[in-house]
Amino acid sequence: MKNFLTDAALPFCKGCGHNHIAANTEKALQLLNYDPMDVVLVTDIGCHGIIDKSFLTHTVHGLHGRSVALATGVSAALNNPDKKVIVFIGDGGATIGMQHLIDAAHNGFNMTVVIHNNMLYGMTGGQPSEFTPFGFKTPTLPEGGKKTGYDICKLISAVDGVSYVCRIEGISDFSKNLAEAFSKKGFSLVEVMEICPSYGVKSNPGMKLSKVVESAGLIIKKFVDKEVENYKTEIKTEFKSLFSESDAIKTLFPTKLEKPIRLMFCGSAGEGVQAAAEFILKAGITSGLNGTKKGSYPVTVGVGFSAAEVILSSEEILYTGSPNPDVICVTSSDGLEYAKKTLATMKGGKLFIDSSLQAPETKAEIISFPFRERGGAKNSSVYSIFYLLMQTKMFPMDALKSVFSENKISKKIDLEKVLQSLNEPFLENVNGKNMEIVK
Amino acid sequence: MEAEVKEKRLIMDGSELIVESLARSGADVFIGYPITPANLLYSYSHERMPSFFAAPDEISTLQWMCGFATTGKFPVTASSFPGFALMLESINMAYMMELPMLIILVQRLGPATGSATCGAQGDLALLNGTISGGFSLPVISLSNMKDCWEMSNKAMKMAIDLRTPVVLLTSKEEIMTLASFAISQLPDVKKIERKFYSEGETFVPYKTNDSLVPEFLPVGNMKHQVRFTASTHDQKGIIQNISKEAIENTKRLEYKHRKNLEHHLYYEYDPQAGADTLLVSYGITASASREAVKLLRKQGEKVSLFIPKTLLPVSPKYFEIMDKYKKVVIAEENLSGQYKNILFGERGNKNVIGVNAIAEMITPARIMDAILSK
Ligand SMILES: Cc1ncc(C[n+]2csc(CCOP(=O)(O)OP(=O)(O)O)c2C)c(N)n1
Ligand code: SF4
Repeated sequence: MKNFLTDAALPFCKGCGHNHIAANTEKALQLLNYDPMDVVLVTDIGCHGIIDKSFLTHTVHGLHGRSVALATGVSAALNNPDKKVIVFIGDGGATIGMQHLIDAAHNGFNMTVVIHNNMLYGMTGGQPSEFTPFGFKTPTLPEGGKKTGYDICKLISAVDGVSYVCRIEGISDFSKNLAEAFSKKGFSLVEVMEICPSYGVKSNPGMKLSKVVESAGLIIKKFVDKEVENYKTEIKTEFKSLFSESDAIKTLFPTKLEKPIRLMFCGSAGEGVQAAAEFILKAGITSGLNGTKKGSYPVTVGVGFSAAEVILSSEEILYTGSPNPDVICVTSSDGLEYAKKTLATMKGGKLFIDSSLQAPETKAEIISFPFRERGGAKNSSVYSIFYLLMQTKMFPMDALKSVFSENKISKKIDLEKVLQSLNEPFLENVNGKNMEIVK
Repeated sequence: MEAEVKEKRLIMDGSELIVESLARSGADVFIGYPITPANLLYSYSHERMPSFFAAPDEISTLQWMCGFATTGKFPVTASSFPGFALMLESINMAYMMELPMLIILVQRLGPATGSATCGAQGDLALLNGTISGGFSLPVISLSNMKDCWEMSNKAMKMAIDLRTPVVLLTSKEEIMTLASFAISQLPDVKKIERKFYSEGETFVPYKTNDSLVPEFLPVGNMKHQVRFTASTHDQKGIIQNISKEAIENTKRLEYKHRKNLEHHLYYEYDPQAGADTLLVSYGITASASREAVKLLRKQGEKVSLFIPKTLLPVSPKYFEIMDKYKKVVIAEENLSGQYKNILFGERGNKNVIGVNAIAEMITPARIMDAILSK
């Protein structure tokens, strides 16, 4: 039979319930014929946690309340049902780290959690935890607990996927209960009710553990005992690179720009602003240019403005910002609101703006066109780039046409109609009169 | 121009370069909790990493990573300030246990939730003080698309070689902006092989040789007991209060970084003969700085450029470089000049000028003005 504990005295106060758990754990592992090298003991911060030095297994001693999460990583990484991951945690650790317990139970990670419930924070001087029962006194709670404590066994039993939940009183020999829990697949939990002589007994003279447990309504029993599958970590062995040379964009329409051109598209979320900017980017690259595209939008995806900055250049692009764009294209009132700051500081360049909008004070040349009317609100941005390209001639229209036709959006928008409508006259509101304009 | 057109260019963002590079370097698992602007890293990792875990929060994320790391696996996560703040104690744990891992910190505008979709360079001061007690947490920063690829691999190597968590520092625009990029310029990235303790003698988890980095052995191995401890511990990994051996071991955590720093020192230095001014910048502002220098030189101005990538710990070599100049301009996207303050202190130095901003990318024009100002 292999030893699991060193010969040295255990590091707890005399009479501390933690002593029994350590001894019973060794016995349980011996009952199951484990090799210490097959066991990883993960301990929390608290009196119970300093036990790691006494164990001859692998030991990992982490933070207060996080041992279950730490053990989750160990267990998922070992991914080996022959290895046993055991967590020692106090009622304090279980209070601050409750989320981890529920999560590990919920996912059925392979481990056994042993809660050392002495109903108070031992290490820090006997303050109450969320497990402290009604009426139970501690040094900082001389009037006694004002509410019932957590019933962790009930809580964890309510989580689907758990294999074993049991509450026991940590007196005499409970190694068989622990062995039962250790031998389960998936997630198992044992709550050991115990006392801290230094603070618990002192504050509640003459207390009897069984009495406290009973009056707290904590039932000593097995709550769950069922068969579950071991948790298996998925490990992919076949990979596809996120990108490859075969995705390279061919230069079909070699073009040269005298100097870089910076474009800014401003519209509303859900109206294709980012897609339109990406079409321009890709078409520019198809024309042999270098390009970048930076998006701006509020956190909510479906409402408010949506803006994109595109830079196209025959040279390498270093700085990807566009504080002073050469071209700014506004297709909605949200977009206009966003663009105002930039428009106010532009010293030249062109503003393409939907004809329903009032252009603000700007030094940019103003070109208005009914993007929303002709393209429809949803496709107004995509529509606008064709007009914009026709006017600016940054690169051949064929480049944009080719990029557009490759995209699934081309099935929804009739390209020929779009191109034709770019030259059709439209009515524009000039000084209160509808004037026919052809640009 | 002609040559460039012939190159195979893709439309990419920095996030995919980072994830692909880490996957090829041998990262085993990505564990994460979603947060803008780190979400592309999350989704690419889901597609590409051997294993992927969606953790229920950032404390769990770091704890799960630590668990993976104790078994000899290399974990990666990506977050932004709000998530990083929750990770703080657990990063200290990983540091104390000496667990290699990579935390990609994608900066966004703070304080608090701030503006999730606005970039920033506001977390360096926090990183400088992340480890309680005056210890350095290594921080590697990116300065362009190519760095997304190369520095990711180097940061991972540093984490493994020094047995420490490493932060890969970036920001929204650096990893979300789409750009035409010729992948032919990417050097080959090879799998980083892990070396584990293989002697027959009893394994002493925190015993070291001259390198000051202890050899690694995973928990769960059948030969030797392994202990990991986040509390002050001796070489055996056993909790101590403040015994001499334990405190020596704790100090070693810093000394091992200092001692091995030169092997993990990455920077770009582009000196110009006759220049009196040195422009220093990193991260997203490095691209504006490169452009500012290019434009100034075209105008006949003389200026040198220094882009540190190993931001922390600060190498004495950086001061050697800066000391050569009459004027140092440091450009970074935060309110007070965090790297400037790390380098020169709150009191500053009359020869050192900061160019700072929040909620906007610093422009080359502003940097040029600062360089030309008398
Ligand atoms: C994050 C954090 N908060 C607070 C503490 C201080 N602390 C140490 S142990 C402990 C409570 C321990 O109680 P419990 O988990 O029940 O274990 P016991 O000491 O009773 O065995 C606390 C609050 C800490 N170490 N870490
Ligand atoms: S203080 Fe209480 S919990 Fe801690 S070791 Fe002593 S008796 Fe046990």
